Amino acid sequence: MKQLKSLLPAALLTLCAGLPSLSIAANLTISCGAVGAELQLCKEAVEAWSKQTGNNVEVVSTPNSATERLSFYQQILSAQSADIDIIQIDMVWPGMLAKHLMDLREVLPANATQGYFQAQVDNATVNGRLVTMPWFTDSGLLYYRKDLLEKYDKQVPQTWEEMTSTAKDVQQAERNAGNPNAWGYIFQGRAYEGLTCNALEWISSQPEGGLVNPKGDIVVNSQASRTALTLAKSWVGDISPRGVLNYTEEEGRGVFQSGNALFMRNWPYVWALVQSQDSAVKNKVGVAPLPRGGEAGSHASTLGGWGLAVSRYSAHPKLAAELVSYLTSAQEQKHRALIGAYNPVIESLYQDPELLLAMPYYAQLHSILNDGVMRPASITADRYPRVSNAFFDRVHGVLAGELPVDQALAELESELTRIKRRNW
Amino acid sequence: MSVSSTHAPCDELLLTRETPVQRRRVRAAWLFLTPMLLCLALVAAWPLLRTFWFSLTDANLADTGGGTFIGLSNYLFHNGTNWSGILVDPQWWNAVRNTLHFTVVSVGLEVVLGLLVALMLNIKFTGRSLVRALILIPWAIPTIVSAKIWSWMLNDQFGIINHLMLSLGLIDAPLAWTADADLSMWAVIIVDVWKTVPFVTLLMLAALQMLPSDCYEAARVDGIHPLKVFWRVTLPLLMPALLVAAIFRILDSLRVFDVIYVLTSNSSSTMSMSVYARQHLVEFQDVGYGSAASTLLFLVVAVIAMLYLYLGRRQLEVR
Repeated sequence: MKQLKSLLPAALLTLCAGLPSLSIAANLTISCGAVGAELQLCKEAVEAWSKQTGNNVEVVSTPNSATERLSFYQQILSAQSADIDIIQIDMVWPGMLAKHLMDLREVLPANATQGYFQAQVDNATVNGRLVTMPWFTDSGLLYYRKDLLEKYDKQVPQTWEEMTSTAKDVQQAERNAGNPNAWGYIFQGRAYEGLTCNALEWISSQPEGGLVNPKGDIVVNSQASRTALTLAKSWVGDISPRGVLNYTEEEGRGVFQSGNALFMRNWPYVWALVQSQDSAVKNKVGVAPLPRGGEAGSHASTLGGWGLAVSRYSAHPKLAAELVSYLTSAQEQKHRALIGAYNPVIESLYQDPELLLAMPYYAQLHSILNDGVMRPASITADRYPRVSNAFFDRVHGVLAGELPVDQALAELESELTRIKRRNW
Repeated sequence: MSVSSTHAPCDELLLTRETPVQRRRVRAAWLFLTPMLLCLALVAAWPLLRTFWFSLTDANLADTGGGTFIGLSNYLFHNGTNWSGILVDPQWWNAVRNTLHFTVVSVGLEVVLGLLVALMLNIKFTGRSLVRALILIPWAIPTIVSAKIWSWMLNDQFGIINHLMLSLGLIDAPLAWTADADLSMWAVIIVDVWKTVPFVTLLMLAALQMLPSDCYEAARVDGIHPLKVFWRVTLPLLMPALLVAAIFRILDSLRVFDVIYVLTSNSSSTMSMSVYARQHLVEFQDVGYGSAASTLLFLVVAVIAMLYLYLGRRQLEVR
């Protein structure tokens, strides 16, 4: 009730402001994420645009969990509802939602995606239609303890093998020095989407490694996967605690941030937290690209991120697209990076002096993003959740020691073939 | 012919005996029942039938209206070379096994522990009413919250359970409670038992206080050993309440979802039938297949419940 009362003046104001201009201005609705500073940033930007153009925009917030947000969107879109014009979508959804989304190329200028990371634009394009405007991005990073590497005179590892041996040595030395809880490497090992991201990095960093290639062929049953998974399996219980098999991002960060791990694979959001006042490892942390799979391998980080899309059922598609292009402009992306550490998807921003000063790892992040691998979501479309589930399930089985690597890969291949046969 | 002829006079008798008052009462009863029946049809029968219908289609979450009828293919389908469908999905049978394992162990522990606690709380001591109120706390906390609390307490690196066990010298390395396939089911069972023992205790306590005191007085006068009194008097008299408590718990455990989902998510070593159904419905967007799993879950629960009620009633009659 109290809330309602406090909303009343605002509602009246909106009404008064809206009435005189009703004939020319339109009403738009945008759904932004509400994780961290997201909602505030979105509201401010939308307000600025409203003032400029005189249109009313309502911002609605959505559930934090990506899976729930997806089913919420699907309900609205499959009802062909015009209630929401612009939605913020995860970069693994374009394939799934494409048929409900507008082709932004029809309304935006031809150079709208100029300067964007090509991988991001490709991922947002389904059957030649640009259904999403990339907005910000995420990628897997290797966090390391500068102080520990210095103390034991070790280099930042270039390959997974090097990472393994460094982690082993430092972990042993630290335990001998009196920290029984010292660990070498922390990653996301729970049977969930995060493990798909991790395992895709291990496999893709090997020469000719991959899960499903851009043409849609299943390429996972390979020597690359065998090497990668055999090495990863050796970590569990050795340089990684067995509990890592149920870790998501936050459990892992807990171990690293309390000073008990040498290396950790995690997303960029962790940077601000490990550098915060109450962090036990403040100023002792470095960020590097994830290691390569052997000398012939390459750096590979799984890319995540979010974009903005316009519903096909919107009453004002052109106006909605204009708001999207305003929100994804270089200036807005820079602002969001400075305030909320949301990484831009425009390449030139990674050379921006102001951003480099605030986030020194941006110089490296640029090359990490360039080497990024996308999860095969566009090609597998609405079968992607099954593909991902089959993948992390088998990988989890291998890590837990329940499945031999060869058997897991053979099973995975036949299951993916089965999923594919049912119209991929 | 003979059957109807023997029945006919009876019916006539009943009809003639029914007075206008009785008829009015029956009508009034129907009048009062109708809103509830309508309500039930709306919130129970309709979703159930709809789920059943979906299970015969290939409906998709993105487009629930667009499913086409595919018969029983979601359950079992032979495409010429091999079988597919839920009934041949090893994951489904794994989920069934997990659910039964969970149900048998957790309900067993809950009934035994609940009964023990109730017997203790039935003894008069100072502060009894306070203890009775306090013991309800685990039951009062929403499962999501208590499961999350436990998942931090069971954390392998900084969880308090490992810390306590380590300092007591019970284990020499931290256990990965929720990650280790051998331990994770036990972790789930521990949390569920912790939460629902108060519920069983409450039901048992209520039943204990209804027991006639004369049996006990007679036993005391005759000098019967208390254990014998428990087996011969208390337990048989408690049986109906015990069966009710157990059936409540069995039905709940067969549908278990939240505690497992929070503690171990989709991990196959603890996946229950509900977790399986949700995964297909929401994550895989396959409303048809997920509905088929839900329908099977419903059938399994219904069959077990009926079997249990039938056996329980017969046992009571034998006694």
